[in-house]
Amino acid sequence: MADVRILTGNEAAALGVKLCRPNVVAAYPITPQSQLAEILSRYVEGGEMRAEYVRVEGEHSALTVCISASTVGARTFTATSSNGLLYMHEQLHWAAGSRLPVVMCVVNRGVGAPWSIFNDQQDSLAQRDTGWIQLYCRDNQEIIDTIIQAYWIAESLYIPVMVCYDGFVLSHTMMPVDIPDAEEVRGFLPPYKAHTLLTPEAPRTINSVLFPWRRPNPEGVLCDGYMEMRYKLQAAMTRAHGVIQKANDDFAGVFGRDHGGLVWKYRCEDAELVFSGMGSIANEATVAADLLREEGIPAGVAGVRTYRPFPREEAAEALRSAKALVVLQKGLSYGYEGCLTSDLKAALYGTPLRIPVVDVVAGLGGRDVKAREIADAGRDAWKDLQAGKQGNRSLWLNCYTGEDHAG
Amino acid sequence: MKEILWHGRGGQGVVLAAQILAEAAYLEGYGGVTSAPTFGPERRGAPVVASTRVSRNPIRTVAQIEAGDVAVVLDASLFGMVDILGRLREGGPLIVNTPSSPENLGIEGCYTVATVDATEIAVASRLIVGGMPVVNTPMLGAFCRVTGLVTLDNIERALKRKMASDAAGANFTVVQAAFEKTIVREKEKERHG
Repeated sequence: MADVRILTGNEAAALGVKLCRPNVVAAYPITPQSQLAEILSRYVEGGEMRAEYVRVEGEHSALTVCISASTVGARTFTATSSNGLLYMHEQLHWAAGSRLPVVMCVVNRGVGAPWSIFNDQQDSLAQRDTGWIQLYCRDNQEIIDTIIQAYWIAESLYIPVMVCYDGFVLSHTMMPVDIPDAEEVRGFLPPYKAHTLLTPEAPRTINSVLFPWRRPNPEGVLCDGYMEMRYKLQAAMTRAHGVIQKANDDFAGVFGRDHGGLVWKYRCEDAELVFSGMGSIANEATVAADLLREEGIPAGVAGVRTYRPFPREEAAEALRSAKALVVLQKGLSYGYEGCLTSDLKAALYGTPLRIPVVDVVAGLGGRDVKAREIADAGRDAWKDLQAGKQGNRSLWLNCYTGEDHAG
Repeated sequence: MKEILWHGRGGQGVVLAAQILAEAAYLEGYGGVTSAPTFGPERRGAPVVASTRVSRNPIRTVAQIEAGDVAVVLDASLFGMVDILGRLREGGPLIVNTPSSPENLGIEGCYTVATVDATEIAVASRLIVGGMPVVNTPMLGAFCRVTGLVTLDNIERALKRKMASDAAGANFTVVQAAFEKTIVREKEKERHG
């Protein structure tokens, strides 16, 4: 019988982590992640989870503990938000470069300055190029399920994975969550095997300085240079497409829930006006698509679940019938446009699809985003399309932009 | 979908009430339930709002509720401080913890108004935590009576899922008492033409 509980996103995440049986958890509390760190420390203290909980003085150390523990063969977990994630930045590169399958929850929150404790996705978007896989969750069920898949993906590829979910709107909102059976999770997720196990019996130097060229080691074996090592990370990221899809499909086979793999689609089959986004805002867009369908506008949603590696082909496929694309995003590359907008435009390059793209920045610092506001943005794009306007546009949804606003 | 706003003061348990209702509604067979606090810092005594959404189908929205279908007010001194009616759809119901009758509450407009003295019920049952009468759970009883959205049985089951059994028992006693003592004044029939 299904074990359905009404949980916050943080509670769902904590249960997901417990089901994956990590050996080491290191975290530093930060709003809105705190509840997750607190629950995990309670599990460890109460003997519910046989792991070592390492209390640290900051996020840089939290990830360093995970890197070290992973190197000696431990399955590891950490979680953070906002400036805590920014503080980890150096070690994010280190974990990915060392090919350590650390799993981390990023409870998405706006970054300072100015301070905000509320939700947007600038924190994880700013870590886009660190070599981590990034998965974005729509609701609390997807959080618990994605954490289990994340370990499977990370340990198949030796690439660390961020499981991102929106602060407060998911982390602090309760909804029904079907808890996967512990034995079934045990069957789905085999024990972690380190690729290079550092032990006292076999001491070695790991990640010493590499020279620009390939070089033989003392045994005369020609070894990778820096660039080959980096190429292998990129090649593994390319393989990750199939691995992420397989994790999704195998998980669906065992647990009966299919979260879409890399890109999920809602009423996309015949959609001419397509919204895209990541996380809860994309879920909100499904309600907007329903509103527009009632008015006769053929709207749908192509939600990006996997942001890195970027699902170029899957996204282009989901947009097959689109005549206009509206990209909703809670973060941007200052001086250019929304990060997801750039990526989706690039994915369409070289395809027959030449459609106007509306770049919508929304929900920064926790500003509420309502389905009717998303529908308004979609309706405007639809009217432009009907009027034969083909250009791209940018807008900041529900934001006072003064007299200079170019519209 | 039904959207319920819980108005109270920090420390009165609006968040827990919103959660217990979500739990009870799920047990009632509603496949979609969510409950959320007001996001951000909370202070004891300050006006706070929590929300519950209840739907037959899974809920895909996490946006804030603009106007609820039901407003439950745990502290009548909030009228005049917080625009409670401004966030309630016409018709209501509006359910208030007060010794007043619905008629004497002075609510203008077309609303079903219900009142119950939850504070008195909690005091009479000696259900007092940290020096404050527990008013959140009795208001669940009033909610059941007025809306019929969930049964008392499922409130009892939800209480048992959310708290220790002796606490659940004590709280269910005040839920039942409030259910009995709630006074409802139906909204006036809309005039047509």
